[in-house]
Amino acid sequence: MISALAVKGLSVRRGERILFRDLAFRLAAGEAVALTGANGSGKTSLLRAIAGLLRPESGEIVFEGAADADVARHEAVHLLGHADGLKGGRTALEELSFQAGWLGGDDEGVARAIEQLALTPLLDLEVRRLSAGQRRRLALARLIAAPRPLWLLDEPMAPLDATRRALLARMMETHLAGGGLILAAVHDPLPIPATVLEIGA
Amino acid sequence: MRPLFTLLGRELALGWGRGGGPLPALAFYAAITVLLPLAAGPDTSRLAPVATGVAWMALALASLLSLERLFERDFEDGGLDLLMTGPMALELVCAVKCLAQWITTAGPLALAAPVAAVMLGAPLGSAPTILACALAGGLAFVFVGGIGAALALGARRGGLLVAAIVLPLFSPPVIFGGAALYADQLGSGAGGGLLLLLGWTAGAVALSPLAMAAACRNAVQ
Repeated sequence: MISALAVKGLSVRRGERILFRDLAFRLAAGEAVALTGANGSGKTSLLRAIAGLLRPESGEIVFEGAADADVARHEAVHLLGHADGLKGGRTALEELSFQAGWLGGDDEGVARAIEQLALTPLLDLEVRRLSAGQRRRLALARLIAAPRPLWLLDEPMAPLDATRRALLARMMETHLAGGGLILAAVHDPLPIPATVLEIGA
Repeated sequence: MRPLFTLLGRELALGWGRGGGPLPALAFYAAITVLLPLAAGPDTSRLAPVATGVAWMALALASLLSLERLFERDFEDGGLDLLMTGPMALELVCAVKCLAQWITTAGPLALAAPVAAVMLGAPLGSAPTILACALAGGLAFVFVGGIGAALALGARRGGLLVAAIVLPLFSPPVIFGGAALYADQLGSGAGGGLLLLLGWTAGAVALSPLAMAAACRNAVQ
């Protein structure tokens, strides 16, 4: 559905400060880009601008292959950051089912996600009882449960242990092999072949 | 339509669970109606004439109570981002959230309103009118109040801000509902006031999602 993401001459301002100016890059289907840069350089803001949550100062974001940017944002983009939208008082299964249903997945997708991310022992627990790593795994499950081509990930590896990082790497490889696109803001290198884009440099 | 029901189901579940569901609003409502006779004296001949009016006004105030949290949790925990990348327009998302709030909080309040009025000495015959006003007015209160809740996102002590923004917008429905109740009491039929109230409610349901969505978009910037 999205054959490429093209960013042209993008400038983003937060308050009085310009985070970056005239940023341009292109991400084609099957490719991954690792966004790097110091804290506060605008990695998260770039992801949010692409997801349509933040109005850029100037520039253009084009989802090639999609009817228009609005449709792409409502149907083809996953944005996953620190604030994952999981509600503490609900069980992991309730939250996963909602996220999958809301983002266009189905029961089969939920079952696949539970299996791939080994979520079975967590399903009946309230989200507030999960550790940071478990919680991130639950949030990542929506990527599998509701397949969407463009993944915008903000520090996806941070709270995960070594085994789960390898697991996420395999998830990403599968996604790219299926024609997906990944744009991930990271501090450590991504565990898959990716073009590095440093912003605020 | 499936995402709409998915969202509504979740909002209902959260609404029942969030901070005790309708209980705080109901408790506040009960407190006002119990305190009035304590403050004004138990003489029914003094209480009865204002019973429906007090029950109606207290309903407007109680509706305010739970409004503050309408968008706040989703704003803080990233839920709003998730809702904005979903398949539905944000305006519709806001409307669904308000609808869920109406069902979980305004519904129980509307059921409590006739009870409160009759307890204060209103004639039993006025109960249907009060219930009708409370159901229609409750919908207007939630949708108009949602604008305040969305505008107050990110502000400290948002509750006060919500009240300041919303109370002026509450006055037309309070006036229309009050007129209906008064006419009903005089025996001249509540129809006119009720129609005005329904009209205001319809306008609020149609227009306020636009304002709520704009305020939410601004808040996540």
